[in-house]
Amino acid sequence: MTDLDAFRQATRAWLEANCPPEMREPMRDESDAVWGGRNPVFKNDAQKKWMDAMASRGWTVPDWPGDYGGGGLSPAETKVVRQEMAAIGARNPLMSFGISMLGPALLKYGTEEQKKLFLPEIARGEIRWCQGYSEPGAGSDLASLQTRCEDKGDHWLVNGQKVWTSYADQADWIFCLVRTDPQAPKHKGISFLLFDMASPGVSTRPILLISGNSPFCETFFDDVQVPKAQLVGELNKGWDVAKYLLGHEREMISGMGLGGNGESLGAALAERLGRDDSGRLADPLLRADLARFDVDSMAFRAMSERFIDELKAGQGHPALPSMMKYAGTELNKDRHELVMAAGGSNALEWESDSSKGGKAAREWLRTKANSIEGGTSEIQLGIVAKHILQLPGA
Amino acid sequence: MPLYLTDDQMMLRDSARDFMAGEGSIKQQLRHYRDSNCSDGFGHALWKQFGEMGFTGILVDEADGGLGLGHVEVGIVLEEIGRNLTPSPFLMTAVAVVEALRGTALREKWLPGILSGETVATLAVDEGPKHRPETIAMKADRSGNGFRLSGRKQFVVQGASADFFVVAAHSGEGLTLFAVEKDLKGLSVEGVRLADASIGARIEFDNVEVDSDAVLGEVGEGAAILSRMLGAGRVGAASEMVGLGSAAMGMTVEYLRQRKQFGKLIGEFQVLQHRSAHLYSELEIARAATLKAQQLLDEGSEEAEAMISVAKAKTGSVSTLAVQEGVQMHGGIGMTDEYDIGLYMKRDRVLNELFGDPNYHADKLARMKGY
Repeated sequence: MTDLDAFRQATRAWLEANCPPEMREPMRDESDAVWGGRNPVFKNDAQKKWMDAMASRGWTVPDWPGDYGGGGLSPAETKVVRQEMAAIGARNPLMSFGISMLGPALLKYGTEEQKKLFLPEIARGEIRWCQGYSEPGAGSDLASLQTRCEDKGDHWLVNGQKVWTSYADQADWIFCLVRTDPQAPKHKGISFLLFDMASPGVSTRPILLISGNSPFCETFFDDVQVPKAQLVGELNKGWDVAKYLLGHEREMISGMGLGGNGESLGAALAERLGRDDSGRLADPLLRADLARFDVDSMAFRAMSERFIDELKAGQGHPALPSMMKYAGTELNKDRHELVMAAGGSNALEWESDSSKGGKAAREWLRTKANSIEGGTSEIQLGIVAKHILQLPGA
Repeated sequence: MPLYLTDDQMMLRDSARDFMAGEGSIKQQLRHYRDSNCSDGFGHALWKQFGEMGFTGILVDEADGGLGLGHVEVGIVLEEIGRNLTPSPFLMTAVAVVEALRGTALREKWLPGILSGETVATLAVDEGPKHRPETIAMKADRSGNGFRLSGRKQFVVQGASADFFVVAAHSGEGLTLFAVEKDLKGLSVEGVRLADASIGARIEFDNVEVDSDAVLGEVGEGAAILSRMLGAGRVGAASEMVGLGSAAMGMTVEYLRQRKQFGKLIGEFQVLQHRSAHLYSELEIARAATLKAQQLLDEGSEEAEAMISVAKAKTGSVSTLAVQEGVQMHGGIGMTDEYDIGLYMKRDRVLNELFGDPNYHADKLARMKGY
């Protein structure tokens, strides 16, 4: 038996002993996710037990170094943990922008003090982070952001407004892009700053979306004082950190394309739609659409596996997260269009109990943001055209 | 197993890439044999070189004189064939037929000639204009010590050049595969040139007598071998289309970097940039699906069959997108015979039909998934 086989057996046994049965059921909706934070919300004891058990081994972030709260696992071992979790349907123990976005950026650009201070809290789910990137005047043209950050000697002073700040009203800290040199060309006057959302001068206002939910906020900074040690990377070189982090955000969002846990959408919907005498889904044109979707979905799943394997081996083009984000989010929109088409008028109900409060319709509308947030599909295609295909003037 | 090529596989890719781009180039092979009106549609000399390079033995067990490698390695060679539109019996003979011969008593008779690139062999499965192996009508009636075959087959690729055909027919006991030699009485082979300049054949079987030792495997148990053979052919064709689509895209993107209109390089136009980037994305997904199917097949996984259909359906639609965008973005010169892009369009059409088009495989996937 190889070391990896032994590791797999040990992992399987540990998960069997430590993953509560409730945490092996698929999440019903976004509200089943555990986000941690200073004032964590757990729907039941199993959620807390599962998060704490995984955090105690560093397995909320299996591949981060042990010194920073991680599991210190190799890429191959990390893959084994994910495979064994998937095999029993184990839920993600901790949803976290700290894990998926800030952590990788701190590991690359943070000082030793910053890593020791922030990463273990992230790994244990003690601090919930939000992302301060977009502004009213800086959407796709993110680098034109205007939030001002002035050097006041013993602290930074921040003034301005962010928008589309995911869960800002529930977050403890923010990682934020600010303009530290208004005279420099737009990409060269930006810095990357961390601060506490409880600081005086920070306020948030949720934005009501077409789904009827408010996952995003407007966030206002009014003379917010930030300690000097909380700037990440070099002054005025925040755009490098921002781009690196965006790559990780895009990877995370591309995971949207993996909806359905690998199950065939056609098979799942056929139960509701009924079958003809030969056992085929009764509506032939919808069946054809679902079959083509299943082809695309299984092919994308293979692409995701390849993307992660290449990433871990240090291969793959650095602009590939853009391609993954584009493909994954467009696929997820296709999925929800088909779910709506299959649901017919049942899927239109917005509040009824039988529709679980309009679950299908609200999720369908939510997916429309996938190809906008984290850089629109058009921005991603532009990046692929310029950096991978090397087309001129892109 | 990680979903990328190993170092050994990269070495094979490099040698296949050099070989196909050199000896197997469009100018030296496809155009040469097309323009000389060759009745084979490919070069026997190149086929022998495939033998010298070891390509013919990739799927053959080491005990039988081959390399004992798998479908990932086959795919590596086919991708380079696809890039260069290299006409050869490789997919039919060294992949599909070799897969059908695996473990059968006919190995000793046919493998040496295949390994050396002397023998050409192909499949006779399709009976109508679409690939429908579930509804084979051809009959094999018991007769003396053997069988009498009656019926017709079409789209028999390289059929006019084949030394033998693997023929699927129904005997009383069920679907049975036969290795039928070309010179038998009652067999008439009509070579037909296809749009891509390859030569297919229509074959009529008029009470063709074959010995029982021409049966591949066991009488009545041909379905499993047929499925294995078609699986190998399908995922092989997918790799060929990945190569074809990649080359068509590469040629087109290169053209966008050179061609000027309105005082600008046309590659500066966002509409063309975005369409190109979409195509790139689709091609990479198709490539991953194909490699995944090949790895599953080599591991003997039960999931292989579904993934093969995913790969064939996905690469089919993506390589069609690549050639359509290719001709359109080339504009007028894309319509000329002098430019190669149109040759890619024609080959893509043939490979899409071969072993089942994207609709066939999407339907097959739906059936496998229970709807």
